[in-house]
Amino acid sequence: MSQVRVLVGTRKGAFILAADGQRNQWEVSGPHFAGWEIYHVNGSPVNPNRLYCSQSTGWFGQMIQRSDDGGKTWEAVSNEFKYEGVPGTHKWYDGSQHPWEFKRIWHLEPSLTDPDTVYAGAEDAALFKTTDGGRTWQELAGLRGVKGDLWQPGAGGMCVHTIVLDPKNPGRIFIAISAAGVFRSDDAGKTWKPVNQGLKSPWELPDPQAEVGHCVHRIDLHPSNPNTLFMQKHWDVMRSDNAGESWSEVSGDLPSDFGFPVQVHAHEPETIYVVPIKSDSEHFPPDGKLRVYRSRTGGNEWEPLTQGLPQKDCYVNVLRDAMAVDSLEPCGVYFGTTGGQVYVSAENGDNWTPIVRDLPAVLSVEVQTLQ
Amino acid sequence: MIRVALPYHLRTLARVNGEVQIAVVGRATLSSVLDALEADYPVLRGAIRDRLTLQRRPFVRFYACREDLSLEPPDTVLPTAVVNGTEPFLIIGAMAGG
Repeated sequence: MSQVRVLVGTRKGAFILAADGQRNQWEVSGPHFAGWEIYHVNGSPVNPNRLYCSQSTGWFGQMIQRSDDGGKTWEAVSNEFKYEGVPGTHKWYDGSQHPWEFKRIWHLEPSLTDPDTVYAGAEDAALFKTTDGGRTWQELAGLRGVKGDLWQPGAGGMCVHTIVLDPKNPGRIFIAISAAGVFRSDDAGKTWKPVNQGLKSPWELPDPQAEVGHCVHRIDLHPSNPNTLFMQKHWDVMRSDNAGESWSEVSGDLPSDFGFPVQVHAHEPETIYVVPIKSDSEHFPPDGKLRVYRSRTGGNEWEPLTQGLPQKDCYVNVLRDAMAVDSLEPCGVYFGTTGGQVYVSAENGDNWTPIVRDLPAVLSVEVQTLQ
Repeated sequence: MIRVALPYHLRTLARVNGEVQIAVVGRATLSSVLDALEADYPVLRGAIRDRLTLQRRPFVRFYACREDLSLEPPDTVLPTAVVNGTEPFLIIGAMAGG
């Protein structure tokens, strides 16, 4: 019997939600690490009971926790993230140069083949890698060599928030940084190139050829077609069919093309989900109606999914790492809100029900499908 | 033995209840007590002070015998009442409202 395990990171702890393949009855465990900010919890694809958790507070800093029993028990494994060499400087809000300073880990992406290998996306933006289960971390410093002095924080900080591993090409890694853009490595993280051609950020970046500086909120791909990427940018939903070499807009008939997550369906490479947000100044759904939008055409044509979601007086946000899918049939779609709700649709998004309603603000959602 | 009172989040991180007892060789200063604490509880390295610079994290405070020692130099000798175990050395998370 299949099971699903939903790994939820919140402002005040981690929660694990578990159900069988019907996805009707849920067990909730947590808070784990109560009171700490949990930016991300993620599991190894090859050993699902191996979980990694990014735990931090402004008082006591960062800790990486590891579990080998699916989150029942945890071990603090490391908090040492050291930039390689002289860290240097990046662009600050006022245009001056500012020293690189480690703040926290936003995203943990376990290897597709080795449970001890994990990539970690940091604020200030950098990519780290462990090959010993999180006990030691080394920076893949070539990334910051790609015009890092021109990168600038957005309002939420300057962070590597997205790490996507290409399942068909083991050397290929995509990462996204707010507010620097998308970068691709074809040699397992040694060297990087910006892949942002076609992105338009006219207010922040008057130069349409600017290689870096775009505020990318999230990218995703389908494992069967990893050259096609989908992106939710600060404004605009975009797609690339050549591994990021060029991008075109597919916002189409969305009510707003501002938002944070973008998620590809588990079985349909051209089916994607976004959650439109009113604007960069008003981080809540248009008209107070929480609507997931689905495109079955790889963008441009979108349909609102509203069944089971609040359609009045709803002013939550859905953050960039807070949407995920399971791999059951039909595909389950999940998202968490800043109001503490975690919703599930076990029917491709057609109908939604809340798993929990009153968690702390949700920062991240990952789903494991367990056989 | 020197008694050290940790804030809640560091007690959970170190998996201890209540105060911890620390043996310090030589003079009991701010830095030698923290060195000994981190030697006994390595998980606390980086959580109280920076791993490299050993500077106190901005929102961590040190108190002893009702005195705020947070801004004192690392080689400041702790009060006799802390050294002989009568009073605890307090590590506190700074107040933050909201």
